[in-house]
Amino acid sequence: MNATLLIARRELGAYLRSMTGYVIAAAVLIINGLLFNAFALGGPDKLSAEVLSLFFYFSSGTTIIASVFISMRLLAEERQTGTLVLLTSSPVHDWEIVLGKFLSAFAFLALITLATVYMPALIFVNGKISFGHLVAGYLGLLLLGSATLAIGTFGSALARTQVLAAIFSGCMVVALIVCWLLAKVTERPLQDVFVAMALHGKHFPPFQSGTVHLRDVVYYLMVTYVALFSATRVMEARRWR
Amino acid sequence: MPPMIEVKGLTKYYGEHAAIHDLNFAIDQGEVIGFLGLNGAGKTTTLKVLGCVLLPTAGQVTVDGIDIARDPHEIRRRIGFLPDTPPLYSEMTVGRYLTFAAELRGVPGTEAGKAVAEAEEKTATREVHGELISSLSHGYRQRVGVAQALVHKPKLLILDEPTSGLDPVQIVEMRQTIHLLKGEHTILLSSHILSEISQTCDRLLVIQHGEIVAQGSEQDLASRLGGGGTIEVEVAGPSARAIEIARTVAGIGAGTVLRESDGVALVSLQGNPDLRPQVARALVQGGIDLLRIDRGAARLESIFLKLTAEAPQ
Repeated sequence: MNATLLIARRELGAYLRSMTGYVIAAAVLIINGLLFNAFALGGPDKLSAEVLSLFFYFSSGTTIIASVFISMRLLAEERQTGTLVLLTSSPVHDWEIVLGKFLSAFAFLALITLATVYMPALIFVNGKISFGHLVAGYLGLLLLGSATLAIGTFGSALARTQVLAAIFSGCMVVALIVCWLLAKVTERPLQDVFVAMALHGKHFPPFQSGTVHLRDVVYYLMVTYVALFSATRVMEARRWR
Repeated sequence: MPPMIEVKGLTKYYGEHAAIHDLNFAIDQGEVIGFLGLNGAGKTTTLKVLGCVLLPTAGQVTVDGIDIARDPHEIRRRIGFLPDTPPLYSEMTVGRYLTFAAELRGVPGTEAGKAVAEAEEKTATREVHGELISSLSHGYRQRVGVAQALVHKPKLLILDEPTSGLDPVQIVEMRQTIHLLKGEHTILLSSHILSEISQTCDRLLVIQHGEIVAQGSEQDLASRLGGGGTIEVEVAGPSARAIEIARTVAGIGAGTVLRESDGVALVSLQGNPDLRPQVARALVQGGIDLLRIDRGAARLESIFLKLTAEAPQ
């Protein structure tokens, strides 16, 4: 576990020392701010809870996109630059490498997500929202981000370059999002399968409206676990190739 | 004391292609071994298997008595590995990077500073301790690569092309560094620079097409492959006449002009170096001014070329 934290600390430092990290953070904050201003605050009068719900809806989109870009470098960049050998020739298990990488990306995403808190704060000052709604929304964003980052880590483990990693993980994330649309045009029992798998349409809206269901929490944690487990298996398999 | 490395029937396939096939060799504790081979011969694959980066397809490898397939984790604690491209994080300073490498290999945080200072001392990288790796010259990067490999004081150091891309001054500095490490670690190093191997290593392993084609000291290989050896003579006068006279001595074969300028020629003669008195007498009696006569140096290049030419395809 010590190695996991070491890797996570170094990786988080790399995000904070690199231009890419700041570009992603700036892009997320700018796009979130513009969407919040244009669609959540703009238009006809709304209840504060509706404004907050819209904020979380838009933030979920930027969180998904940011997660793909944050995670694409995790293992693919190390493979590209040849630094992965430092980790694979050290007394560190492959799962510790994958978990350390994931934790750093998650911490960085959490920093960006928490930096958006000024927008709900504006609603809080000028309107009336419940603290529980705020916590549920951010919990949803972090869980959604966790699942997407884990998928991105898996994509990064599969790919030889960062661009390929982004494409792989982007495709996997889109496939899970599209499940919700497929559920609308299919019949049971296939429909139930698609609904259960939908990354956003089924499992995020409750958080958006301030409700936390255990099934949604479990879903995001399961996606995170399965994706990280798969990434570890890919790392192990590469030693045999 | 078990050998530091014992390899039996080591085979590694990439898909259908066997990168290395049925390798067998042993390396004793404290030895410095040179690993020679052409590009694609299987050197890097072998070193990666020994460095526990890759797992073998077949065969048995033990490092310090531990089976690589059973406990790779424990072996990784005992080895320091420098791959052909040093694994450096360019956004880190040298000090932070080495501290990270030390802690990753199990050096406690309280002792990491001391371990880093010692590694920097051995590799002469102390003066760049606080500098960003991205700002370092190629020579310093290579030395920091060596420093990360030895920061946790491993028993076995595996260095893949440590002098790759270095200029002559940096090569000399790297050679000094490896000389300093001799005795403290068992060292297995590969290099394309044969003189480097010749000056640094106790023993050679020559690999060709994924198979070990020869192993032993340079002298062993020279006597095995170089026939009766060579004699070098430096004469004032025409080299052709000198070769003609020298060849009248029984046991002296073909002569090669190594250098000829300003009326002075350096000639290499095929033959047992013990025939030097007879050659000297023949040359003097033949009217050739003999300036110098010596045992011909066994040249690693020629050994290597013979071995790689003779190896099965």
